Amino acid sequence: MGKKVLMKGNEAIGEAAITAGCRHFFGYPITPQSELPAYLAKRMPQEGGVFLQGESEVASVNMVYGASSAGVRVMTSSSSPGVSLKQEGISYMVGAELPALVCNVQRAGPGLGTIQPAQSDYFQATKGGGHGDYNIIVLSPSSVQEIVDMVRMAFDLADTYRNPCMLLTDGMLGQLMEPVDFGDYKPMVFEKPWALTGCKGRPKNTVTSIYIQPERMEEHNLKLQKKFAAIREKEQRWEELSLSDDTEILVVAHGTMARIVKSAMKEAQEQGVKVGVIRPITVWPFPEKAFRNLRNIQTVLVVEMSAGQMLEDVKLSINGRLPVHFFGRMGGMVPTVEQILSQIMSLRKSPAKL
Amino acid sequence: MEKVFEKPVSIDEKHFSYCAGCTHGIIHRLIAESIDELGIRERTVGVSPVGCAVFAYEFFNFDCVGAAHGRAPAVATGIKRSRPDCIVFTYQGDGDLAAIGTAEIVHAATRGEKITVIFVNNAIYGMTGGQMAPTTLIGQYSETTPYGRKAELHGFPIKVSEMLSTLEGAQFIQRVTVMNPASVIKAKQAIKKAFKNQVDGKGFNLVEILSTCPSCWGMAPLKALDWLKENMIPVFPLGVYKDRDAGEAAGAKAEE
Ligand SMILES: Cc1ncc(C[n+]2csc(CCOP(=O)(O)OP(=O)(O)O)c2C)c(N)n1
Ligand code: SF4
Repeated sequence: MGKKVLMKGNEAIGEAAITAGCRHFFGYPITPQSELPAYLAKRMPQEGGVFLQGESEVASVNMVYGASSAGVRVMTSSSSPGVSLKQEGISYMVGAELPALVCNVQRAGPGLGTIQPAQSDYFQATKGGGHGDYNIIVLSPSSVQEIVDMVRMAFDLADTYRNPCMLLTDGMLGQLMEPVDFGDYKPMVFEKPWALTGCKGRPKNTVTSIYIQPERMEEHNLKLQKKFAAIREKEQRWEELSLSDDTEILVVAHGTMARIVKSAMKEAQEQGVKVGVIRPITVWPFPEKAFRNLRNIQTVLVVEMSAGQMLEDVKLSINGRLPVHFFGRMGGMVPTVEQILSQIMSLRKSPAKL
Repeated sequence: MEKVFEKPVSIDEKHFSYCAGCTHGIIHRLIAESIDELGIRERTVGVSPVGCAVFAYEFFNFDCVGAAHGRAPAVATGIKRSRPDCIVFTYQGDGDLAAIGTAEIVHAATRGEKITVIFVNNAIYGMTGGQMAPTTLIGQYSETTPYGRKAELHGFPIKVSEMLSTLEGAQFIQRVTVMNPASVIKAKQAIKKAFKNQVDGKGFNLVEILSTCPSCWGMAPLKALDWLKENMIPVFPLGVYKDRDAGEAAGAKAEE
């Protein structure tokens, strides 16, 4: 307890899940998240848990659906092409109000893409991803310690709202080794009277996502929307850095990208630029509250490992009040501190262009 | 007076929504009777498919979950692996099990999942209005084979019991039908055995049931039963395809 251990991001996901009381993992191999199933294949049997390699991501996510319907804490993980296949199960879990943790250790796409890191599944993660009107809670960690904290938070949020929760990270953080502290966290305990356990001593339980009468289906949708509205209200999380009344340039980045942006921010500040950062921690719900009072900020720069996806949420939150610029790289290429710094400097130098 | 016939406890009050003369209803009853007789209703979890039996959970009086199309074996795996004391079964049509869900059933069998699979083969997609199924017979008409199924265009009917019985993980596989009272009695024995095996910790258990779809076949119910007998049984011979308890000798022993 309180002792720091050195761990890879992917392995930290696994150990954090175990400390959160998760004893069931179903997944299918894919780079760059492979250390996670390898880790849990070893750890789950030691904890009396279940590690099962499914025949595909489609099968694995449906195993998760089954285990969750039986009331246990359960997770799966994959990387971008595999997460596309999991969308079926995620949509069904939202429809049937089943909690689970889904990890996406993103790589670059589209298609088979490459195994290098990217943030280009942001739309898929935050705008539904599968069919139907829905959202899942999406957490974007920026360090290995945050992976641990967020995996635990994700399980608690999933159970609180009976909705799947996603840990959205990427190959860079997944492979990164950092010291982590597991602390003495205790998972929240949930009664699950709806779970399928055999109907001994109670009326039968049914878990389903089909309501064949449109009136009933709309009612179910309205119930889900109410839940999403409550999540939007209560669960927005973000970090602010160097935001003061005289900050002029705001940079927005999440996850791995935010680490690099922080270094660029410091260098810019050393050169006298008044720059601050907002780092969304929940990317759904997007922390639009963070953008309500922007004080003296003159211009905004969004940096992503994508063609500009979170950019849209930033623009929606700012709602035309300020110019919003974008810098991103794709295909597994990661924006460097120098590149971000030069973007910041160019914004300062030519305010007329804003 | 002694009551000699009553509704199984495992059947709920809801009326079946199947078409008149459809044999899905008989199969439901055989499952419910087996579960009642084995005394396992309070620890059973059923997995209903996407297909005409999508609402099976409304008709059964025990815990149930609805799976995505073809994924019932994966869902059942997730349940059985988290609640090993539960008796878990899937109820699947031929489109569900032998087309979109082929990978899931093959691998559940390969792993020897300790579940029971009730596979209803009616040689057609009932729910979506009569399209070609993987088990549609050569020459058989359907919405998507309006000139009859042709091997060179559509391939051959898939023989699920034969195929799965080659897998080491399979414990018990039998093909039955429900076309007359004698075959219903046999079907019941097979279904009960497929559940009993699971109670005894044995899997994977599958019973394939040749079933009718009078609506999509475009036949009166009695005519449909005759059609099943004359056309389906020669392609899908009845019998025990695998019974690990009876030794390998029992393998692939068809009856007729
Ligand atoms: C992913 C997906 N694809 C297609 C469908 C449409 N669909 C519903 S039932 C069905 C086929 C059902 O046929 P079968 O499994 O043979 O069962 P039956 O209705 O004959 O009992 C199809 C294709 C669906 N619901 N989901
Ligand atoms: S469509 Fe066919 S399988 Fe479906 S209920 Fe009607 S007769 Fe039965």
